[in-house]
Amino acid sequence: MATGRHWTGPRIRSCFSLQNVSYRGTGRGVDVGVADSRMTPALPDDADNTSGRAGGTGDEAAGDDRLVLRAVIVGLAVAAFGVAFGVAAVSAGMPAWLAVVSSVVVFAGASQFAFVAVTATSDPLTGAISGILLNLRIIAFSLALAPRLAPTSLPGRLLDGYLITDESAALGFDGDHAGTRRRLRVAGTSVALFWIGSTAVGAYGGDLLGDVRIYGLDVAFPAAFLALLAPALRRRGGLRIALLAGVIALIMIQVLPTGPAVLLAGLAVLPGLRAASDGTDGSDAEDEA
Amino acid sequence: MSGRDVILGILLLGAATQAFKLVGPLAAGRIHLSPRAARAFELLPTALIAGLVATQTFDGGSIDAKVLGVLAAAIAVALRAPFGLVVLVGSVSAALLRAIGLP
Repeated sequence: MATGRHWTGPRIRSCFSLQNVSYRGTGRGVDVGVADSRMTPALPDDADNTSGRAGGTGDEAAGDDRLVLRAVIVGLAVAAFGVAFGVAAVSAGMPAWLAVVSSVVVFAGASQFAFVAVTATSDPLTGAISGILLNLRIIAFSLALAPRLAPTSLPGRLLDGYLITDESAALGFDGDHAGTRRRLRVAGTSVALFWIGSTAVGAYGGDLLGDVRIYGLDVAFPAAFLALLAPALRRRGGLRIALLAGVIALIMIQVLPTGPAVLLAGLAVLPGLRAASDGTDGSDAEDEA
Repeated sequence: MSGRDVILGILLLGAATQAFKLVGPLAAGRIHLSPRAARAFELLPTALIAGLVATQTFDGGSIDAKVLGVLAAAIAVALRAPFGLVVLVGSVSAALLRAIGLP
C-alpha cells in the first residue's frame, strides 16, 4: 500500500470524468477540422501490433473494439491504485467521502496520493503544493493534444480537459488526429469511472486488495505506456527522442519533483527539430507542409 | 484530516489541476502553430510518455522487480505483442519476481 516512497514516487496519475460521451456531441464527426492528413500521427496505429487491421487512419468500426478494450485495460490498472488510494487516504485519517470527493475534484491519482502523504505529515497547503508540482506535467500533455482537437463548444472543451489524464492522453495520441477526441473521451471516461469507483471501494471497503505490488500492478503503468509508445519508437528518430527524454527525466528527478522532471523531458524533441529542418532526419518531415 | 483546511487544500489542488488540464482543449483551434512548432507538438507525446516510463520504472531507486518487469514488457513490445499482453507480461513478471523474494 501506499506508504512513504510509494506515493511520492509518482506512479499513477489519472484524471477522469463522469459522462459517457464517447459518441456524443463532438465524438464522432467532429474531427473534420483537424482531419487533414498532413500530419502523421505521433503514435500511429500500428497494425501489426494490434488486431491485424491495416493502416493507421480509421478509428471507427474495427478500431472501436480495440479502443474500448484498451480503455478497460487501462481502467483496471487505474482501479488497482484507486483502491490503494482510498485505503491510504482513510488510514491517514481522511473521511471516506472526502477521499471520493478528491478523486472527483482532482482526478489525478499521483497528486492525490501526494496530497494525503504530505498533509498527514505537514499541512494541507504544503500537500496541495506538492500535488500541484506533480501535475505540472499535465500542462504539456494537454497542450500536445491541442493541435489534434477540433474546435468545439465550451462544455465540450471543459469535458475534454477534465478527461485528460496521463493514460487517456496517451491513448488519445495513439492514432490519427481525427480520432483523438474520441479516443480521449472513451479512455478518459473509463479511467474516470474506474478511478472514482475504486476510490470508493478502497475508502469504504477497506484493504480488500492488499498491496497492489504483490500482483505486479505497479508495473502495469510503465508497461502500458511502453506499449502505447511502441509505434512512435519504430519511426525514425522516435527511439532517440524517447531515450533522451528518459535520460533527462531520470537526471531531473534527482533534484526536482516528478512533475517538472517529466515536463523537462519534453525538451528531448528539440534536437529532432533541428535535425528535421537540416534534412538529416526527415522521416516525418512531411508534416511540415 | 477532515478539517476545513483539508477540504480547502483538496479544492485548491483540484482547481489548479483542472486549470492545467484545460489549457490544451481551450487552445484547440485558437492557436496557429508554425510548422516547426507543430512538429514539436507532434513529437512531444513521445518525449513526455518516455519521461513517464523512465520515472515510473526507476522510482524504487534500484534494480528491483519493477525494473525487471518493465524490461520484460519492453521485450514483449519488441516482439510486437498486443497491448493487453504487454501489460500482463510486465505485471506477472514483477509479481513472480516478488514472489521469489525480489524487492
